[in-house]
Amino acid sequence: MISHAKNAKGFLRDQEKTTWHDATLWNARTNRDRGSQKVAEWEQLRELASQIKNNVLSQLDDYLLQFEKNAVKNGAEVYWAKDADDHNRIIGEILKKHRVNSLVKSKSILTEECHLNQYLEKQGYEVVDTDLGERIVQFAKQPPSHIVTPAIHLKKEEIGKLFHEHIGTDEGASDPQYLTEAARKHLREKFLGSEAALTGVNFAIAETGGFVVCTNEGNADMGVNIAPIQIASMGIEKIIPKAEHLGVFLRLLARSATGQSITNYTSHFHQPKPNGKLFIVMVDNGRSDLLGKADFKNSLKCIRCGACMNTCPVYKRSGGYSYGYTIPGPIGSVLAPARDLEKYANLPFASSLCGACTNVCPVKIDLHDQLYKWRQEAAKKGYISTSKKWSMQMAGWVFSHPKLYRFLGSSARLMLRISPRFMIYNSLNAWGKSRELPKAPKESFRDWYLKNKN
Amino acid sequence: MNSKEIILNKIRSNKAGKSPLPDIPDFRNASTDLIQAFENSLKVNHAVLYKVRNSGEINDFISKNYSTDKLICSLVAGIMGNFDIDQVNEPGDLKNIELAVLQGEVGVSENAAIWLSEKSMKLRALPFIIQHLILIVNESDIVENMHLAYQKIEIDADGYGVFIAGPSKTADIEQNLVIGAHGARSLTVFVIK
Amino acid sequence: MKVGLFIPCYIDQFYPNVGIATLQLLEKYGAEVVYPLNQTCCGQPMANTGFENIGEKSIDLVVKNFHGMDFIVGPSGSCVLHLKEQLKHRSSELQNKVFELCEFLTDVVKIKAIHAEFPYKVGLHASCHGLRGLGLATPSELNIPRIDKPRSLLEKVKRIQLVELSRKDECCGFGGTFAVNEEAVSVRMGNDRIEDHLKNGVEVITATDMSCLMHLEGLIVRQKKNLKVMHIAEILNGNGIQKTDIPKKEYRK
Repeated sequence: MISHAKNAKGFLRDQEKTTWHDATLWNARTNRDRGSQKVAEWEQLRELASQIKNNVLSQLDDYLLQFEKNAVKNGAEVYWAKDADDHNRIIGEILKKHRVNSLVKSKSILTEECHLNQYLEKQGYEVVDTDLGERIVQFAKQPPSHIVTPAIHLKKEEIGKLFHEHIGTDEGASDPQYLTEAARKHLREKFLGSEAALTGVNFAIAETGGFVVCTNEGNADMGVNIAPIQIASMGIEKIIPKAEHLGVFLRLLARSATGQSITNYTSHFHQPKPNGKLFIVMVDNGRSDLLGKADFKNSLKCIRCGACMNTCPVYKRSGGYSYGYTIPGPIGSVLAPARDLEKYANLPFASSLCGACTNVCPVKIDLHDQLYKWRQEAAKKGYISTSKKWSMQMAGWVFSHPKLYRFLGSSARLMLRISPRFMIYNSLNAWGKSRELPKAPKESFRDWYLKNKN
Repeated sequence: MNSKEIILNKIRSNKAGKSPLPDIPDFRNASTDLIQAFENSLKVNHAVLYKVRNSGEINDFISKNYSTDKLICSLVAGIMGNFDIDQVNEPGDLKNIELAVLQGEVGVSENAAIWLSEKSMKLRALPFIIQHLILIVNESDIVENMHLAYQKIEIDADGYGVFIAGPSKTADIEQNLVIGAHGARSLTVFVIK
Repeated sequence: MKVGLFIPCYIDQFYPNVGIATLQLLEKYGAEVVYPLNQTCCGQPMANTGFENIGEKSIDLVVKNFHGMDFIVGPSGSCVLHLKEQLKHRSSELQNKVFELCEFLTDVVKIKAIHAEFPYKVGLHASCHGLRGLGLATPSELNIPRIDKPRSLLEKVKRIQLVELSRKDECCGFGGTFAVNEEAVSVRMGNDRIEDHLKNGVEVITATDMSCLMHLEGLIVRQKKNLKVMHIAEILNGNGIQKTDIPKKEYRK
């Protein structure tokens, strides 16, 4: 079982880095606030986006078939992948069939989820992640720690070191402008030499059979508009009914993610380019199962903006790796248990249930409610430690017996008042590690009430 | 059963409830000064806007800012260029172009997004592979927001289309904004009355 | 009006002064306050740990204890929110009668004046469950008209100076059993809140939830920081601060 608490404790050992990580994410949150406040109808847009996605989930099969029909009419080849292995195999076969040796990729969390890179690399393909943040973590041999800004946990000096090692930048250089220019040159070579390029899908439009990819860097287009083979990896939940709905989602997406009014490039792909091929791989990998869970299917509405993790006070202070899952933060903590409750039963508890995530979610996923509900599921399945379960049962029993509650309460207060400090503050007292317990009064409120008011 | 059947069967047995599609308003605000808002949005995105009356002014700008030994590809009638895109076979052959001049079909003032369909660029790589980009937008083609933009365009009229809202950028290194990631290092927009 | 006083378990045991201040405050504004003697807990700790069904027995007690009241008022946004959510399925009649103290004073009693003085720099900590769950104020992340019920009450207290914080409504990190199960994160969150208050010159931190304050106070006292915590009921009730407790003006730089 992934222990977020243990991982977070490790992260927090470096208090200075935590301060920096926290401030960086808080900045993303305030940028989001500023961007969203410029749109008077912001809350209305959230409601519309939520309703559109609700409609999609209620008719998902119809929309997928409509999309496939139109995409094929446009000249694309459409594949259905039931799981990660299926997805990887399909892409591997496309590359093999076209005698391609390397693949350039733009950001796709779905391919992270499917571990596509590892699969292809094992077969001898060169896989180049071209989003700057993704290329950085690729060099570092780390997974992304944030779904929008994958290298947010790395300082520029660390990135400078990686670039010196991998692309020959000056030793000790850490100026972001210099490093970005070096990455531009390095990746430009890869783009110009690429035979196949892959993107994710931000939105797939059933009505037209096309899909939209949003980037700031232009790396998706540099890849797929140059390479003859174009592949799009798409989660089946990314479908939207009509082109006009893009107006709603595109006004929400970038503002929620970074506060900018739109990503620099919003590319709409319908047909393969002249002399090129277009492959679309639609991936299930547990999504249709999640659709059947009434309490949790709302998380399929996610448009992967990252606003929830930017605002989460726990994510900010524990970092993406503490969650042990492809997607961290609040949305990760409700998606992961759906995939493997036993492994991820701890994640719904990595939250104080403050509720801020639910409020920033552009599609109104009830994130904190789902976190609470996953806790109930974890308890039902027996994934909560026996000691915790036992102490809760004891508490429940005490609290349903007022006389016993009063007796234990006054006894505890007496013990606290008379016990020497070492008996109270020791390794058995987790609260007392960094905090003083409240003073133990002689009288409870009830005692006072009986004396003064009854 | 193949994957498609497996997936569709699961969806059919798991989907629940009826959720109608909402009507989408266009949220237009009659009082918006579209050109001013468009200019402000471009500025925020580190792009520059010039208001001009004719293509002569644009040609002046180009000759003043780009030396004759640089390759300039113009796909806009009346704007000078020295690169003939019709001679190109592969997208990679565009790699040495310094400047592309393209016609934007719709401009969106809330976010500086400018729509170009495939016919306006001929080769999909062109707006990205060059070093600098000039887009020309007619004032009458500027709308207030994305809802109005999508009313004006047909996204599948061509095989490809893109909204471009500024020069390419990244903030992936310690959130420091760097202009000029993989696409154009600069965007200059000319609005013609 | 007959107001049933709901006193959370930890206030009953460790912060009786908050309960006393709540009772006195309600009586000042004309309520006939009744305190059912067999109260224990709202059941939230068990429910939040995944054992909602164990917590249900506590709700049974609440339903039994508060039968026949016009209103049920408690000095805790968190407990009141939990009660309201649990009573939704049990008794909507009872659910509509449950109020947190501040919202009761602003929405039901609709008080115009507060006869209390508090000449100190006060930081209002926006306890999450009251804020987002009960709508006691507008969360900073929502783009809707701004209201703030606890603040509107504090503003009526004479000579009070309400201090603007850098992060208006970030969570303090108590979160119930979270405080112990995710101890490292919880402590860091609490310390960050304390830093925010200190660097903006706060002398007294107040909130609608004593649980948040208990967590912050625990850190403040351990680190010997020059800050005091007081539940909003105590400030509104005119309790003031004991002479010995007046914080020094000198802060750790």
